[in-house]
Amino acid sequence: MSATAVMAHLPALAVVVPLMTAPLTVLVNRPALVWRLATLSCLLTFAVAVGLLARVLELGPFVYEIGGWAAPWGIEYRIDAFNAYVVLVVTGVSAVAMPFARRSVEREVERDRAYLLYCAWMLALTGLVGIAVTGDLFNVFVFLEISSLATYVLVSMGRGRAAPLAALRYLVVGTVGATFFLIGVGLLYEMTGSLNMADLAARIPPIADSRVVHAGFVFIVLGLALKAALFPLHAWLPGAYGAAPSAVTAFLAGTATKVAIYALLRVVFTVFGARFAFGTMAFDVLLVPLALAGILVASAVAVFQQDLKRMLAYSSVAQIGYMLLGAGLVSEAGLTGGIVHMFNHALAKTALFLALGCIAYRVGTVTVASMAGLGRRMPWTMAAFVLGGLSLVGVPLTAGFVSKWYLVQAALERDLWWVAAIVLFASVLALIYTGRVAEAAYFRPAVPGGLPDRAREAPLSMLVPVWLLVGLNFYFGIDAALSAGVAGEAARGLLGGVS
Amino acid sequence: MLELLALHYNYLAVVVLMMTGLYVVIANGNLVKKVIGLNIFQTSVFILYISFGKRLGGTAPILSPDFELYSNPLPHVLILTAIVVGVATTALALALVIRIHRGYGTLEEDEIERIEAEEQGGAG
Repeated sequence: MSATAVMAHLPALAVVVPLMTAPLTVLVNRPALVWRLATLSCLLTFAVAVGLLARVLELGPFVYEIGGWAAPWGIEYRIDAFNAYVVLVVTGVSAVAMPFARRSVEREVERDRAYLLYCAWMLALTGLVGIAVTGDLFNVFVFLEISSLATYVLVSMGRGRAAPLAALRYLVVGTVGATFFLIGVGLLYEMTGSLNMADLAARIPPIADSRVVHAGFVFIVLGLALKAALFPLHAWLPGAYGAAPSAVTAFLAGTATKVAIYALLRVVFTVFGARFAFGTMAFDVLLVPLALAGILVASAVAVFQQDLKRMLAYSSVAQIGYMLLGAGLVSEAGLTGGIVHMFNHALAKTALFLALGCIAYRVGTVTVASMAGLGRRMPWTMAAFVLGGLSLVGVPLTAGFVSKWYLVQAALERDLWWVAAIVLFASVLALIYTGRVAEAAYFRPAVPGGLPDRAREAPLSMLVPVWLLVGLNFYFGIDAALSAGVAGEAARGLLGGVS
Repeated sequence: MLELLALHYNYLAVVVLMMTGLYVVIANGNLVKKVIGLNIFQTSVFILYISFGKRLGGTAPILSPDFELYSNPLPHVLILTAIVVGVATTALALALVIRIHRGYGTLEEDEIERIEAEEQGGAG
């Protein structure tokens, strides 16, 4: 196959590569080999994502017709700056977390079930990438369920009896969310006779006064908000993140909620249009207070968590608030901030969860108490944790600073100084909860017999992915031309229909 | 109003099933009953989609000069996918329920919560 043929089929390859790897992992069924296969597939998918983004930046948005069937009859994949960016984040996180996963999974998952974890991982990746690339609403539902079912399996593979319980709770909420989405899509189809996003965008405005369309909007937004863990629909998230194996938590934290937010923004801005969503439905009246409440409440709860995985999970709920706050401000700066925060938060939170994975590998438990004296025993891991934490706080020169800069700017643009104040205040809370960990690790003496003897520095195969991400946190904190540039392009694309 | 309801009784059934399912999911503490509630909830959506496609007096969509009114096959095809997803979800949920029962020895949520609280109390 020639290079041009590969380039032409990039959108399909982004989905097909991980999808085809999934059954292969089951057929191969040898832990070491399966991991190699999955890693190769993750790297390949990431390369495809880089190719997609490069193509979009060069040629602008383009359409890929599955099987050559033209939309609206066929399903089309529509690639623009926004979803190429999201695919890049998702595949990038997967490509970094997968090399890390081998040692971590060896310790945390029974050997004879490990291949199933890699299989579910590839299916989850398939679904997440699929949601991002597709231009068809029902196709979004199918990919949403592919990724969700795989994610429930991944969560249930954690240690202890709490894991299946957390997975079932996630399943119940996730299924209700996906079914709400399905109801909304059905209502829209009944009114317009179309499932294609671009087609719907043209058909909705003339019937925007219809109650059925309003109900469809509410069902879809509610369903996706459940999936995105928008406060106060976040109750499933800390349990699921806390119970899943460490590598899986790192993968999910960087990808799953981001993709749900992508889908939410895509539906709100592209399908319904900002005028309908924020004018007729006054979505921002609900979204901005909920996002702010999420930022404050979840950050405050994170401060009091003893289990570090749960602490970071609550922090994720707060960060989701930042992303949706950006959308709620409905301006170019706000959306840019929200979208670039998807990227920056994926960098910071994945680094933090991977560092926790290193600690879980050596120490076993990841509570604040078990961190005492760990700064000496695992200097590189703890340094990575602290630096990743700084990015989460949003200290200048880190990636986290860039997104908060945009968000504060967007808030001040609209004279919402109190919104800017809340954003900054929540950064202080983030400083407190990450600072607690650093304090325990560096300034508290190790409890005699508290740390097991094997608590020394993590193996190189785990440290390299962590430090790669930490490095990127600083790279994109200093030179945000790529991350913020594409996010700005994506924001302009979303707002295209408004001005 | 009454006439409207009589003509669209299928939608009435959808709403009743939907609310019943959702209520069971939220209010019932037994995990198996939660899964059943989830199933009822999903089934209501199947009926909703099937109702969308149905045209009274319409036939199957076969190209023939004898018929003019067809039912829309697309919602039926769509919901076939959703049914498959629903079956997969139920299967996975039941598998998880079995593992939860093995771990905790009960399927009542309040009892599981009590066990969890005791565990946390013992650990802290």
